[in-house]
Amino acid sequence: MRHFSILVVDDEEDFVETLVSRLKKRDVDAIGVRSGEEALENIKSREFDVVIMDIKMPGGMDGIEAMRSIKKEHPQTEIILLTGHASVETGIEGIKFGAFDYVLKPVKLEELLKKISSALEKKNTKE
Amino acid sequence: MKTAIYVRFQQKIIITCLLIAFIPLLLTGIIIYFQFAGMYQDKIEAQMRYRSRAQAESVDLFLQERTAILSSMADTHLFDIILQENKLAQIFKIMNQRAGAFTDLGVIDASGMQRAYVGPFNLKGYDYHSQHWFAEVMSKGLYISDVYMGYRNIPHFIIAVRRQENDSVWILRATIDSNIFEGIVRSAQIGRTGDAYIMNREGIYQTPPRFNSKILDRSSIDPNLFGRGTTLLGFERGDKHPRLFAGSWLANDKWLLIISEEKAEETKGLVNTRNIEIGVMAIGVLIIIIATIFSTRQTVHQLESADLKMSRMNAQLVQSDKLAALGKMAAGIAHEINNPLAVIIQKTGWMEDLLEEEEFQNSNNIQELKKSVKKIEAHVERARKVVHSMLGYARRMEPRLEDVDVNDTLHQTIALLENYARLNNIRITMESMEDLPIIASDQGQLQQVFMNLLSNAIDAVGKDGIIRVTSEKTTFMIIVRIIDNGPGIPKEKQKKIFEPFFTTKQEGQGMGMGLWISYTIMEKLGGSLTFVSTEGRGTTFNVNIPIIIPEKK
Repeated sequence: MRHFSILVVDDEEDFVETLVSRLKKRDVDAIGVRSGEEALENIKSREFDVVIMDIKMPGGMDGIEAMRSIKKEHPQTEIILLTGHASVETGIEGIKFGAFDYVLKPVKLEELLKKISSALEKKNTKE
Repeated sequence: MKTAIYVRFQQKIIITCLLIAFIPLLLTGIIIYFQFAGMYQDKIEAQMRYRSRAQAESVDLFLQERTAILSSMADTHLFDIILQENKLAQIFKIMNQRAGAFTDLGVIDASGMQRAYVGPFNLKGYDYHSQHWFAEVMSKGLYISDVYMGYRNIPHFIIAVRRQENDSVWILRATIDSNIFEGIVRSAQIGRTGDAYIMNREGIYQTPPRFNSKILDRSSIDPNLFGRGTTLLGFERGDKHPRLFAGSWLANDKWLLIISEEKAEETKGLVNTRNIEIGVMAIGVLIIIIATIFSTRQTVHQLESADLKMSRMNAQLVQSDKLAALGKMAAGIAHEINNPLAVIIQKTGWMEDLLEEEEFQNSNNIQELKKSVKKIEAHVERARKVVHSMLGYARRMEPRLEDVDVNDTLHQTIALLENYARLNNIRITMESMEDLPIIASDQGQLQQVFMNLLSNAIDAVGKDGIIRVTSEKTTFMIIVRIIDNGPGIPKEKQKKIFEPFFTTKQEGQGMGMGLWISYTIMEKLGGSLTFVSTEGRGTTFNVNIPIIIPEKK
């Protein structure tokens, strides 16, 4: 697997922090932010391979909104949505708007990594 | 089962209706009765007056006839001739032929001596000058005596006329046959208790009354109570049989003819009429009572069942509102729980990552630590499952519309559970209606509903029992019934069975999500899930699936 970059967007600090640490430990170039606005700030300066984004974030823009802005800026970036609502409707809705996939919280890193590699595969075939 | 409120309501209506019906009925009945009684009484009284008057007139006529014939005989014969016994006998014979009722005939001279006599008693030569009647006839010219005993010593009365012949005076006197006279008077007697008799001004009976007294006795009735013409009197006298008396004075003004009857006999017709009226009223009342009770019962029954239907619908509405609210709450809770769970999972993952590092490998407790972390993960997984099941199944997806054969789906589900059922010696029978239409629905979700209900039924029956599964079609719905003969659901728990996490099963055997999920699935599919349960008899679940005809492809 070639070196790749991931942006984690979630309002839950502990979650972002830990996930980023674990990804880094696996030699992933990972950065964590706490809101949609922050995420947009970050993608201005660089492009990420994959963005992992919580759909529901209190205050400001929600995940779907942020995703659409990112997609506009970097169509190549794949986005995996996270949802704490054990409901799938919003996830499916996200896919309609261009997300690669969605994952229900709580999720194990292994599962998440599988989705990431699928996303990368898709991205690579496109390129 | 009738509740007290309906019983009271019914009683009120019945009482009101009966009062409204009875009061006019009774008033009408009473008014008609008294009106009729008054008319009847008037008529009876008029009749008695009339009879009394008519009888008095016929007695008067009787006496007038006798008096007239006696006068004419006296007027047409000379004293010398009439003294001849054979001549007197001839006159006597003519009088009886013309009028009758004469017992004897005598000629008395001015000194009171009976000079000639024809009749059954040998009264010739008797001296009457000291007798009351003699003085009367001598002064008045005509005299009809009261009844008296006289020389012959049997009750009789006489008619006497005075004849003036030149300077001398003589009297022709006849006795009236008491039997014939009494017979004429008595002919006015009517009925079982009717009586007719004559009394004089002193109340002495001139003809014998029918009851209790003899001729010449004194009557207990004061004749002076009877006024001129005809008078009607009723004497109660504390008697068991009060009587009515109609008295008419005769033309001679000294005899009173009385007709009497028992009041009861008089009013027998009235009593009969009253009894018939009471009977008719009683039948009417009975019909009214029966009709009122019957129609009231029916009305109240209809009302009650309408109320019941309404309250059931209300209960159902409340139920679905409550469940919808619960669903929203559950979704909120799920989010709030899933987020911390997500953090925990990452943290434990991080711990595992760190434990892999060399510096920890030598630690004595590395295995214990790893084990603990695994345990934490296992329990997070458990919590996750709870939250997911809370919404997950029901919200798994918007229902997919596909062609569904309900009977097929049932068969498949039963096949899945048959082994489990057989182990517990439970038989599942299927009575399906043929020709159910193929509908557009979600087969997977329907199967999940059937599965939940059937496994609940198996758990409810426990061991040795029958579960019946039926399917049928109405206009808009396919109805699947799952009927078990288990112990039934206790009444106090029936309200709660569709709520999430409510279970009657033992701990660890069920999470209490099955019916909640089934309920939400059926709502989503546009149908419904209902049940009827009787403790000790079993439970029936009705799965109502809307008939939606699939679009032609």
